[in-house]
Amino acid sequence: MIDQPVNSAAAGGKETAFPLVLGLDTFGDRTNTANGQPLSHAQTIRNVVEEGALAEQVGVDFFGIGEHHTDYFPMPAGDVVLASIAARTKRIHLGSAVTVLSSDDPVRVFQRYSTLNALSNGRAEVILGRGSSIESFPLFGYDLAEYEQLFEEKTALFAELLEGGPVTWHGTTRPALRDQDVVPHLEDGRRLPTWVGVGGSPQSVIRAARLGFSLMLAIIGGRPARFAPFADLFQQALANFGRLPLPVGVHGPGHVAPTDEQAREEFWPHWRELIKLVAVERGFAIPTEESFAYETGPQGALYVGSPETVAQKIATNLRTLRATRFDLKYGAGGLPHETLMTNIELYGHQVIPRVRELMKE
Amino acid sequence: MTNATTPTIAVLGAGHVGPAIARLALEAGHSVAIAASGNPGDLALVTELLIPGAEPLWTVDAIGKADIVVLAMPLHRFLRMDPNALSEKLVIDAMNYWPPTDGRLPPPFGDEGIGTSEVVAGRLQDATVVKTLNHVGYHELETYARPSGSVDRRALGVAGDDLDAVKTVGAFVDRIGYDAVPVGPLSAGRVLQPGGPVFGAVLRREDFERAVHNHSGEQKAFGLAEQHYGRSA
Repeated sequence: MIDQPVNSAAAGGKETAFPLVLGLDTFGDRTNTANGQPLSHAQTIRNVVEEGALAEQVGVDFFGIGEHHTDYFPMPAGDVVLASIAARTKRIHLGSAVTVLSSDDPVRVFQRYSTLNALSNGRAEVILGRGSSIESFPLFGYDLAEYEQLFEEKTALFAELLEGGPVTWHGTTRPALRDQDVVPHLEDGRRLPTWVGVGGSPQSVIRAARLGFSLMLAIIGGRPARFAPFADLFQQALANFGRLPLPVGVHGPGHVAPTDEQAREEFWPHWRELIKLVAVERGFAIPTEESFAYETGPQGALYVGSPETVAQKIATNLRTLRATRFDLKYGAGGLPHETLMTNIELYGHQVIPRVRELMKE
Repeated sequence: MTNATTPTIAVLGAGHVGPAIARLALEAGHSVAIAASGNPGDLALVTELLIPGAEPLWTVDAIGKADIVVLAMPLHRFLRMDPNALSEKLVIDAMNYWPPTDGRLPPPFGDEGIGTSEVVAGRLQDATVVKTLNHVGYHELETYARPSGSVDRRALGVAGDDLDAVKTVGAFVDRIGYDAVPVGPLSAGRVLQPGGPVFGAVLRREDFERAVHNHSGEQKAFGLAEQHYGRSA
């Protein structure tokens, strides 16, 4: 549904427009009980299935699961979880957010998501990237110093696999393929909608354009507006490669509660703890109350607040970034499942309709 | 090419960090060249849209016309670069050795007691190396830049063995929007590295100085224990 351009009457038929897509992402953040006890990995995973099923009920367009391999994000096999959600839903699109392709086999990733596509009647999508997590590299025996080459080769092979015919490929990061039929095929000549998650490297934007993937801007800190030139870079690069325009999406973390105050109070302690935990390996600054106020304010990257506050911020940033898709990364280590369910309900029932209204203005 | 007040800048690296530094330098009125590992033609579109005003060049040409060269590439790329290309140049090392993100490099990277900028300087025998711009996240570098005298201005640490070079680089840091705080010779630049007290932090001058000061106090107090037990990271 997302990566096919449609001619928009509103755009006078001159520009290519894409449908507005409003989704949710999770990393399978390990949840706590209401009195602060951590739940098991298994219960956390079962809760994510409930969250995905609720997302469909309340009108969310997309539900994504980001691959992680840690105690605080016990979510290494998101495609299995998505299959369970697929069995309980009819309409919502389901995908990775992201698949760490560099430490995986592109053939297996294609097979798993084309299988998900079969199970869900064509609702599977893939977002390729690195996220900002790197724990899969040592786990599967990959050298981070070879990250660039791994990602370059594997995205190129994935682009070939998307074409659907027998694949002939050779490179240095996996065994060669010769006229290899890779199954299961997609139905009716369809393609798996595929995006590349980009965190700020211009070369990654150009690669996405070169290979014909849509662009997902992951903005987790600082002013989102600074990414606006990336959308122009992407569309211009697509044109230079002789490709049609493709949509741009935004992934941003946040939390929705009935009021701004409640949202900040619920989110802040868990956000601070989470960032503390990952700060050492990722070089993030430990959030302070001051930095949190900045990030949750109009200039910052966090979508934390009442439905109206979050909807306004999403609409503003979609316009600024010339994007037609927004995926809210909800949850932060320890926030209870019940609080997440309220967040999802408010996002679906109030934020999404309000963003649609604002985008029509 | 040379102007007493606004040195010409070459930024080597067009990933996350390079364009941010290049834009700050352009805004501050510097003439800026940018180079990556390949053909400048491949950089033309990125430069036009993301770093308008900068000139994409081959690495050797960018270095040739620069008064200050900023190394903003991954360290493993730097190791593949010809060190003679930077001969006689004033070089800012904005790179980090950060194994969890970029993978491991052979010793002396990671060795106790030697800073990564000292290793870089060791490869660039004929250049003058100053360490700065490495400890603030690329996504925060532009967000926090402020004109001189702003109340909420932040600080960047500057380390180098050549005092004139530290002064010149400090003036550059000041022009692009930060208080420059000298932290000592290149060996003292370890305080700016990953795992150090200011890495990833965007602090006001007094907080920056306190963090560095407290850290060096701890280093002295626990130095023996550290030698004995090794680094916990």
